[in-house]
Amino acid sequence: MRALVFALYLFLYAPIALVVLFSFNSGRNASELVGFSTQWYGRALSNPFLMDALQTSLIVAFTSASLAAIFGTMAAIGLERLGQRTRAVFDGLLSAAIVVPGVVIGIATLVALVELFSFLNPAIAAVWPGTDPPKLGLGYGSIVAAHGLFTMALVTMIVRARLASLGRDIIDASSDLYATPLTTFREIVLPQIAPSILAGFLLAFTFSFDDFIIAFFVAGSRTTLPMYVFASIRRGITPEINAIATIVLVASLVLIVMARFLTREKKLKSGAVLQKA
Amino acid sequence: MHNDIEFRSVTKNYGAVTAVSDVDLQVPKGAFLALLGPSGCGKTTCLRMIGGFEQPTSGTVLISGREMNGIAPYRRPVNMVFQHYALFPHLNVEQNVGYGLKQMRPRIEASEIARKVALALEMVRLGGFAQRRVHELSGGQQQRVALARAIVNKPAVLLLDEPLAALDRKLRTAMQIELQTLQRELGITFVLVTHDQEEALSMADLVCVMNTGSIRQLGTPQEVYDHPTDLFVADFVGKTNRVTATLETDGRTLRLADGSALNVGERRGMTAGDAILAIRPEAIRVDRHAKPGATGFQGTVTNRIFLGSTAEYSVAVPGLGDFLITSDRRNLHESELVEPGQTVFLGFDPTTAHLFPVSSSA
Repeated sequence: MRALVFALYLFLYAPIALVVLFSFNSGRNASELVGFSTQWYGRALSNPFLMDALQTSLIVAFTSASLAAIFGTMAAIGLERLGQRTRAVFDGLLSAAIVVPGVVIGIATLVALVELFSFLNPAIAAVWPGTDPPKLGLGYGSIVAAHGLFTMALVTMIVRARLASLGRDIIDASSDLYATPLTTFREIVLPQIAPSILAGFLLAFTFSFDDFIIAFFVAGSRTTLPMYVFASIRRGITPEINAIATIVLVASLVLIVMARFLTREKKLKSGAVLQKA
Repeated sequence: MHNDIEFRSVTKNYGAVTAVSDVDLQVPKGAFLALLGPSGCGKTTCLRMIGGFEQPTSGTVLISGREMNGIAPYRRPVNMVFQHYALFPHLNVEQNVGYGLKQMRPRIEASEIARKVALALEMVRLGGFAQRRVHELSGGQQQRVALARAIVNKPAVLLLDEPLAALDRKLRTAMQIELQTLQRELGITFVLVTHDQEEALSMADLVCVMNTGSIRQLGTPQEVYDHPTDLFVADFVGKTNRVTATLETDGRTLRLADGSALNVGERRGMTAGDAILAIRPEAIRVDRHAKPGATGFQGTVTNRIFLGSTAEYSVAVPGLGDFLITSDRRNLHESELVEPGQTVFLGFDPTTAHLFPVSSSA
């Protein structure tokens, strides 16, 4: 039994460990370790195509995660005020959004955007006063939109869990102590849910940064980092790719550990503080 | 003398359920009112309508003579102590207590807020606790922070929603005395919601007994205990022994289930017919033998509960059922201690026992 578990974990993590190991290989060949070197990191960081892809990924991840954090939080607060039944429907839709396969989201978003553009572009051209009307197309905007929509569901679910544990009492108490609804939100609700919002943001960032499938469909002429890695693998695995993969791995791990830390259960000496009425 | 709180035919419905039904209530300035009743009687809904967390379906709630319909909680001159305290977990004790003062407009200077907060903390004996986090405090201390957070604002009315329910017995008794003292010192009107009759009787100077959304009796603790207006109040405020009987047409002879008769004296408002005689446990005297000319029942002791200063007896009376008797120990000499199995005589004065029509139990 123990051996089986060991074998399973080995199967899971050995390839990842190999990638990390070979990223420090001084040789060019991926099949033999020659010596220790960080030259591939240097090579990767000075590759302009790679740096361009990294920049695209960072911009997309940051923008879509920010939008997801803002709109996801707003949705979570809105959902708190709905009736039981409407809320159940929205909760179901949220979970559905998370389990829908990336390939479906990719195709669906692509089809929707292409349809939208083919309707909007002639309309814009018709009312445009100049001779060269702007043309909407796939690119930053479409990746951010696709990632943002998807990760918004993540943020909403995390923030909703925190809001539900807050309870009605401390909001009533704030209102009882002369605070307007806006002040109550700023002084009481926001400080309580801020760690969850940040955790949601970090998860959304990680998701967007790592995503290949959705970006592949809607990126247009843009190349994100996972797309670059995928494309360059077709020309053979280089130690340079191993170096990038290691960087992405470490960055993702750090973000996820941070998110986990932010949403951990706070242990209280007395349960009365957070107890619900 | 104007009223601090007034309910004018207030009704509150939740869908098809009526939580509060046509309640009229006046609470004079500076009173300590207890809303007493079983859970679901509408007492908490009444409190929340004063606080502004619920709006009446019909009728009007007035605070200090001002109509409050449609006015949000943050615009009302009342403060509430919540059942589970509802302290802000991310703020320390000082910030919790100063929260209300910080919201006041025109703004109060920070130094003035600090002074008032320190005073309020002193008042609830939490002088050195200003910088503590609330989750570092014990239940009793959190309770006092919640109290300080409310009284520091000098509200016209302080609302207390079962404030002592989460405390252990000893702490509860101590807090009861503290609350009473505080109320006298501040002169603020207190409205306390409780299901504990002992708490209501010991702290309040006005008790409002509620059941199924309406007020059954409003009076001083002594009035509701000694002169309950109906069987529900008699039962809820203290213990009662019930004897089903029939009042005969002469208006003073009560025929009991075992066929015996009692002279209960003139009763105003009682008509002949089925009635219930309600006798308080402490109004019954336990004797070995019937004294000459005494009124009462013969029965057998089935159980004795020793409570320290008092003892409770269960006595089975043939044809009438079980009786509960509280016996004060001061009146009990060692030789008079009654053991289970013994036959005793339960003596009482039928002219002072309460008599209710059968229909008043609902």
